[in-house]
Amino acid sequence: MFESTDLAAVWLTLKLAAVTTTLLLVIGTPLAWWLARTRSWWKGPAGAVVALPIVLPPTVIGFYLLVAMGPNGPVGQFTQALGLGLLPFTFAGLVVASVFYSLPFVVQPLQNAFEAIGERPLEAAATLRASPLDAFFSVVVPLARPGYLTASVLGFAHTVGEFGVVLMIGGNIPDQTRVVSVQIYDHVEAMEYAQAHGLAAGMVVFSFLVLLALYTLNPTGRRK
Amino acid sequence: MHPLAKKLLPLALLFAGHATWADEVQVAVAANFTAPMQKIAAEFEKDTGHKAQLSFGGTGKFYAQIRNGAPFQVLLAADDETPAKLEKEAMTQPGSRFTYAIGKLVLWSTKPGYVDDQGEVLRKGDFNKLALANPKLAPYGLAAMESITRLGVLSAVESKFVQGENIAQTYQFVSTGNAELGFVALSQVMKDGRIASGSAWIVPASLHTPIRQDAVVLANGKGNAAAGALMKYLKGDKARAIIKGYGYDL
Repeated sequence: MFESTDLAAVWLTLKLAAVTTTLLLVIGTPLAWWLARTRSWWKGPAGAVVALPIVLPPTVIGFYLLVAMGPNGPVGQFTQALGLGLLPFTFAGLVVASVFYSLPFVVQPLQNAFEAIGERPLEAAATLRASPLDAFFSVVVPLARPGYLTASVLGFAHTVGEFGVVLMIGGNIPDQTRVVSVQIYDHVEAMEYAQAHGLAAGMVVFSFLVLLALYTLNPTGRRK
Repeated sequence: MHPLAKKLLPLALLFAGHATWADEVQVAVAANFTAPMQKIAAEFEKDTGHKAQLSFGGTGKFYAQIRNGAPFQVLLAADDETPAKLEKEAMTQPGSRFTYAIGKLVLWSTKPGYVDDQGEVLRKGDFNKLALANPKLAPYGLAAMESITRLGVLSAVESKFVQGENIAQTYQFVSTGNAELGFVALSQVMKDGRIASGSAWIVPASLHTPIRQDAVVLANGKGNAAAGALMKYLKGDKARAIIKGYGYDL
């Protein structure tokens, strides 16, 4: 029932979501930590920028990314100066876009988890002569595990569900930028409804199972 | 009934039947016909008093929406297959279908002097990407694919393909400079009978199947005076002049 192009799209989507989630956890951890603990004036603006992709339509993000990453855009000039070429129509470009697009879904659960932990466990760790880095990995990370679970699942699932941004900067290249959501769209447009149903139903089942796992493993959601 | 009313009633019915009153028509317009249709609709509204509500997009998407009860009364498709298919499925008003424009394909770059008037730039292959509309979905994409194949450069340029889901998106890829070269609709880059910016090669019609764009009144539009008036207007001199001004054949 699935064509080889469908399976290629599924594989590419999983790869994109995995790379994006990994990068987001690496970038999101210090960012969320800073947001959770800073008293700086910048906390408000930074938090707002992180949350932007939740409210902006994907067309706005896709359009600005296309322009910014193009040959005349600031990002495009930067990547060209580094000898990397242009990002649109490449897998790397999709990763950059997805990291921005799914950022709040990773940062916000982590930030909530860090805020819930508070100062006291760290103070206790400090009295035991733990270095701040040691304290972070042996005290904060284990305490924030539900936050990390939520962040990973939401970051991954949100990237799998991405469509508008990929459509606008992807260029529909097999094995590079043709993800499942775009493939479904093409099937529908080409009136190949049977193939569209196969992939679309798969997406519904996948999304349900992911969220079910999240709510079962993490019944309280965020920690109070 | 008052005797006078009795005399006036047929007269009133005559006017009602004639529908000289302003009506509104919902039109689904192929993406490549966006600019000319906006102009035509403005003139149409001025001349007839009817109102035309325009929606722009890919013809395949419109097909799916129409099959699922979209409120469009007229479809201006990017091809002749979709209207014919809808006709076969009894989703149209029989006998209303006609070709309103024949599209022209153009190889375009935003860089002035880059595209030569023979399309040799395709053979040189020193461009980063070649944008075209998805040949599976868009008639302009199919025409581009046929031209590339007939020129014998398919294997040379295939690795540089980037595909837009319709011709509007393909234009976007080229106009933002992300693709140095692309096959778009002449109507998108033509203004007042000239290529408005960059450089272009009008692909000879002999290289691909003609892009016949058909219009049809949908089943929804039966009895809508504005729908009939719009079809008539599209065949009129004023509309045809606008359509030609954007580089379409008729």
